[in-house]
Amino acid sequence: MSELRDAVDLENWSCPLPLRDHPAIVLGHGGGGTLSSELVEHLFLPAYADSAGVLSQLGDAAIVQAGSARIAMSTDSYVVRPRFFPGGNIGDLAINGTVNDLAVTGAAPLYLTVGMVLEEGLSLEELNSIAATMGRAAREAGVSIVSGDTKVVDSGHGDGIYINTAGVGLIPDGVDLGPHRVRPGDAVIVSGPVGMHGIAVMSVREGLEFGSDIVTDSAPLGGIISELLASGADVHMMRDPTRGGVAASLTEIAKASRTGVDIVERDVPVPDDVRAACGFLGLDPLYVANEGKFIAFVASEDADRALDLLRGHPLGAGATRIGTVTEEHPGIVVARTGIGGTRVVDLPLAEQLPRIC
Amino acid sequence: MCLGVPGRVEDVWEADGTRMATVDFGGVRKEVCLAYVPQVGVGDYTIVHVGFALTKLDEASALETLELFKSVGLLEEEFGPTESLSP
Amino acid sequence: MKYLDEFGDPELAQRLLTEIERTVTQPWAIMEVCGGQTHTIIRNGIDQLLPDDVTLIHGPGCPVCVTPLEMIDRALAIAARPDVIFCSFGDMLRVPGSDKDLFRVKSEGGDVRVVYSPLDAVRLAQANPDKQVVFFGIGFETTAPANAMTVQMARKLGVPNFSLLVSHVLVPPAITALMESPTRRVQGFLAAGHVCTVMGMSEYAPLVEKYQVPIVVTGFEPLDVLEGIRRTLLQLEEGRADLENAYPRAVAPEGNPVAQAVVHDVFEKCDRQWRGIGMIPQSGWRLAPAYAEFDAETRFDVTAIVADEPEECRSGEVLQGLITPLECGAFGTLCTPRSPLGAPMVSSEGACAAYYQFRRLESPVTAS
Repeated sequence: MSELRDAVDLENWSCPLPLRDHPAIVLGHGGGGTLSSELVEHLFLPAYADSAGVLSQLGDAAIVQAGSARIAMSTDSYVVRPRFFPGGNIGDLAINGTVNDLAVTGAAPLYLTVGMVLEEGLSLEELNSIAATMGRAAREAGVSIVSGDTKVVDSGHGDGIYINTAGVGLIPDGVDLGPHRVRPGDAVIVSGPVGMHGIAVMSVREGLEFGSDIVTDSAPLGGIISELLASGADVHMMRDPTRGGVAASLTEIAKASRTGVDIVERDVPVPDDVRAACGFLGLDPLYVANEGKFIAFVASEDADRALDLLRGHPLGAGATRIGTVTEEHPGIVVARTGIGGTRVVDLPLAEQLPRIC
Repeated sequence: MCLGVPGRVEDVWEADGTRMATVDFGGVRKEVCLAYVPQVGVGDYTIVHVGFALTKLDEASALETLELFKSVGLLEEEFGPTESLSP
Repeated sequence: MKYLDEFGDPELAQRLLTEIERTVTQPWAIMEVCGGQTHTIIRNGIDQLLPDDVTLIHGPGCPVCVTPLEMIDRALAIAARPDVIFCSFGDMLRVPGSDKDLFRVKSEGGDVRVVYSPLDAVRLAQANPDKQVVFFGIGFETTAPANAMTVQMARKLGVPNFSLLVSHVLVPPAITALMESPTRRVQGFLAAGHVCTVMGMSEYAPLVEKYQVPIVVTGFEPLDVLEGIRRTLLQLEEGRADLENAYPRAVAPEGNPVAQAVVHDVFEKCDRQWRGIGMIPQSGWRLAPAYAEFDAETRFDVTAIVADEPEECRSGEVLQGLITPLECGAFGTLCTPRSPLGAPMVSSEGACAAYYQFRRLESPVTAS
């Protein structure tokens, strides 16, 4: 991790890495992979001078102390195109995305703020549809939208609508999750089948039709996670695998906890039609975004208990153990392939692109 | 190169004098040009590359190949090690 | 999924691996020509599962890797023009030119779009008559039929604002060049299955004859690749050199005559630079004179293309199988998928990217 600096000096940049390669922002910087994390580490962290020592932990949500309470705070911006996709719209993501970032730190999500940047010309009908979706999603997630802001920009400068949501939650006493708790032997569990959201969105972009509908899995995870924690199962860490998919989340956790992760590809649940779409586009399901799933690192002796509990909940029906934490190859995720070989599952560079080769 | 994906032809029509089809790839459906495979019709399987069907997949041949894989090493298993085939 | 799942069955894979083990009695070096096969090998860990005596050399069968630098630079110059919508397969977006890549051009305001099929580009041209729509026509013989028919359609439908930037490469001349090279190591080839679906197998018989080297037409699923390897090794162990078809469900010896006719109408052979390898005579296709009006190279005057490869990049030696990526001093340090020096680090099945993704555990290079 880089040292904190008082000022960003682009000329005398001593970091050996490549912000210099791209004098301007490229789309890849938003992809959730290596480019994104470099931007954070080498530009934002030094600039913000993390006096509270929280930002540099780079968790899904920040955990701060306020008096005797531990508060989780998170913010996220939603710029997805298309705005409407099978099973939902940008409004679902805007609520559930932030709710889930809070929930995976063990917090009970409570309040959200909503900031919108609207492009001149956006239809009121569409805005109404998105706002109504957000209201419904908030109710379902058990959170209240307590503050908001709206700005309008000139036509041509805003891509329709950009939404930012910031959220606050409360972490119950006794809940302590994070990379510091991950241990060799921990079971790696995914709460259900992966790849649905990314493919649902790409289906619209690529003009694919699906015989059975591939819809987004966007859902609020606060409820299922609190049940999991209340069951007494010793959960060490959780993450929601959004951009960059399961691969990105596991790699980040492996690096942050300085342990290795072994997974078995055949155990990773992927719906048949998602698998078919990935095969068609040349994508790897491990890297496809999810919006209603989470990964949990659980003490090995509690793995079965955790799985039983998850499977009893509608949002955890397909919960599966996909791997184990190991002392070997710290910081690296290794997968046993379909035919019994091995491969390293790396942090994606940026968003996966469909390929022909 | 050559990400060629097998799919089943669901229905066929003509557009601007060119034969087109909806092909089902295990749940994903996409419009595909059939101009290069006049012998392919509804129900057939084909290999598709960048929106064009390139050949009709021969089912009999596929099954034969799988049988070949299944029989590989079988004699060995039944009768024990035999002499190496190399001269 | 039918015709896919069956060809990835782990038990059958194990049978083939056991049989390969039983067959091999000495070291052999074989090359899979096609990048799609490289992808299957690395993604499934096949090279690790093979006996140590078997060396797989990843061939230059990745059009992304071998598209000449000058052509990339030409594409970048065209894509940067304000009147152009530049369409490309996703594979090409991050390939470095002398100075930037298509992604960077996009960030600087160029209208660069990823499309699944060249037909999408023609439709874009029809929908945007005030713009020039250019499609980046890279690829081997497998992709040429799609590009060829698209040009014919553009003519038939009257879409004058569509053009093709052609950079097709051909497999048989590449095999010839590899076999003619004094430093060649390859003893047997897995030929690219889908290239043969189009072109048939006849071009390979003279190569088998002349160089006395086994060539096995191979598919892309794990079992297909294992079978191609098995047959090649068996030939080598038995001292044979034959042309075999291990992908009969998708390859007929005569190929696809309809596709061949269209491709020979729209394209003509030309000399082609292969990035990292050099000029291979008569190894490419360009638009035939009859279709010159659709040629983006002549439609856009992009002058003074100076193509400069970084000195450290040894992709040429990698592409020819002379070194593995691990032996290149820049691998994983100066040259990573994040900041690639050469194309094999960019393409998802370029040998260097494949090694970086999947083989870093074996190398002393630290993950960046």
